[in-house]
Amino acid sequence: MIGAADRRVPLAPVPMLALFAAFATLPWWIGAVGLYPYLGVEIMIWIVFALGFNLLLGTSGLPSFGHGAYFGVGAYAFGLAQFNLHPGLWVCLAAAVAAGAAAGALVACFVSHRRGIYFALLTIAFGQILWFIAIKWHSVTRGEDGLLNIRRPEADFGVVAWSLHSNEALYAFCFAVFAFTVLVLWRLVHSPYGRVLAAIRQNETRARFVGYNVWLFKWTAFTLSAAVAGLAGGLFALAQQSAYPNVMSLHQSGLVVMMTLIGGGLVSFWGPVLGTVLFFLARDLLGAYTEAWLLWYGLLFMLVVLFKPEGIAGLFHVRSKPSA
Amino acid sequence: MFEASHLHKRFGAHVVLEDVSLRFAAGRLTGIMGPNGAGKTTCFNLLTGRYAPDRGRVTFEGRDITGLPPRAIARLGISRSFQIMNLFDEYSALDNVLVATPGVRRRGFAALADLSRDRAVLARAREQLARVGLEARAAVRAKDLSYGERRALEIGVGLAAEPRLLFLDEPTAGLGTEGMARIAQLIAELKSSITLVMIEHDMKFLFGLADHIYVMHWGQVIAEGAPATLRANPWVRRSNLGELG
Repeated sequence: MIGAADRRVPLAPVPMLALFAAFATLPWWIGAVGLYPYLGVEIMIWIVFALGFNLLLGTSGLPSFGHGAYFGVGAYAFGLAQFNLHPGLWVCLAAAVAAGAAAGALVACFVSHRRGIYFALLTIAFGQILWFIAIKWHSVTRGEDGLLNIRRPEADFGVVAWSLHSNEALYAFCFAVFAFTVLVLWRLVHSPYGRVLAAIRQNETRARFVGYNVWLFKWTAFTLSAAVAGLAGGLFALAQQSAYPNVMSLHQSGLVVMMTLIGGGLVSFWGPVLGTVLFFLARDLLGAYTEAWLLWYGLLFMLVVLFKPEGIAGLFHVRSKPSA
Repeated sequence: MFEASHLHKRFGAHVVLEDVSLRFAAGRLTGIMGPNGAGKTTCFNLLTGRYAPDRGRVTFEGRDITGLPPRAIARLGISRSFQIMNLFDEYSALDNVLVATPGVRRRGFAALADLSRDRAVLARAREQLARVGLEARAAVRAKDLSYGERRALEIGVGLAAEPRLLFLDEPTAGLGTEGMARIAQLIAELKSSITLVMIEHDMKFLFGLADHIYVMHWGQVIAEGAPATLRANPWVRRSNLGELG
């Protein structure tokens, strides 16, 4: 997943430039293929979520199956900050990131000494606890109805303020956040920190014996990943103007796992991007023909797991060949 | 330099180590030998922090390190290799060494830095790789290396941490004559620059390299001394032949 350390990592590699070019121009061409610009907003939000999730699964080898909870925590935090703290966009987004990070940091305290199936089961359990709280803490979360009428505040840059009321403006804002997040995550995965996480994934024991605090690395990876999920959740609340328990359900957590695995997050940084795009195209294109589109998507997931466990990116991923 | 006094360890009802005391002098190669199940690897695991002893004390350069976790012990300048190879299999040989270098360890939380620009760290990692004879195999993934090369890399990762004391757990296990000769040459070269402690089954190999040897059996040290002294010891001969089991 990470190339050799002595090879220069470009700031923006070709797949990233292609991705940015595709999304920067999407509002102008997506209508021609029978789809709509708001789909681009959804895809970008989920790519941010999936890339953050893959910091855990693909880079660190930590299977979190309850990650939708942090997405939901971010969405709720955005709305609650707007209703109770400050209506400004930056405060609300910061609250989404901070709440995602705080929830992740707390859960990570309990799961970071585990790995494999025990780690996965604990993340499901904590995800369910957070989902349950969202449903039952009615006075704060408004129960199953969730937070409605979240406004889209202006993006105030001091000298100029940018209204996000129109979907076009929202798209441009989401694109800016999306591009920034992709750039930062790319850099992070290829930094010494990312390399240590990948080393821990490969051999936790050896990492300990060369002097790394494995628990702390796992804790920070979980917290960062939850913070990114919180950011994605905040953007979701901004776009959908609501936050409700379903966004943090186990179903939601399963979707991000499927997107990441089908796309090839285990072997490529770009796997979650491919998986997310494929999911939304399946939903909107396949969904136009059959209500059972998720069945077909599930079958695709099974086929990938059976015949190409590396995912779609595995088809293009060239491993370094052993020399003789 | 390194001293372990009266170490005891038991797993359930099974006593694995009983009153084991060892001293490793600076700049020397100390060997630990004994038959299978003598407690040699458990002893290494106690000395390098994998397990905490039930009783006893371990000191390194005067500092009590009893029960410290492996990462803390590694950061004090103590490194180890493993009998069952423990490498970062998906990483290239160079990356295996690189991730163990103090330069990367110090910057482990540098989340936005670019390692490929750090020429000093890369040069140091290449040096360490050359030391174990793998410079030409730098780009090959660890899992694609030959068995002998993986053995050499196992030592290379231990060396990359730039330790003052290196524990080698059966570095020749599974190697043929040629591979053993290469490892013997490497260890002979290392002796001049680093304090070494080595578990080894092959008496000829160990006696040819070690300055001082401890013989373990039934979880106890049954003899110690210079190779020349121990060669004549009937207990040592019988122990190694398995006649004392």
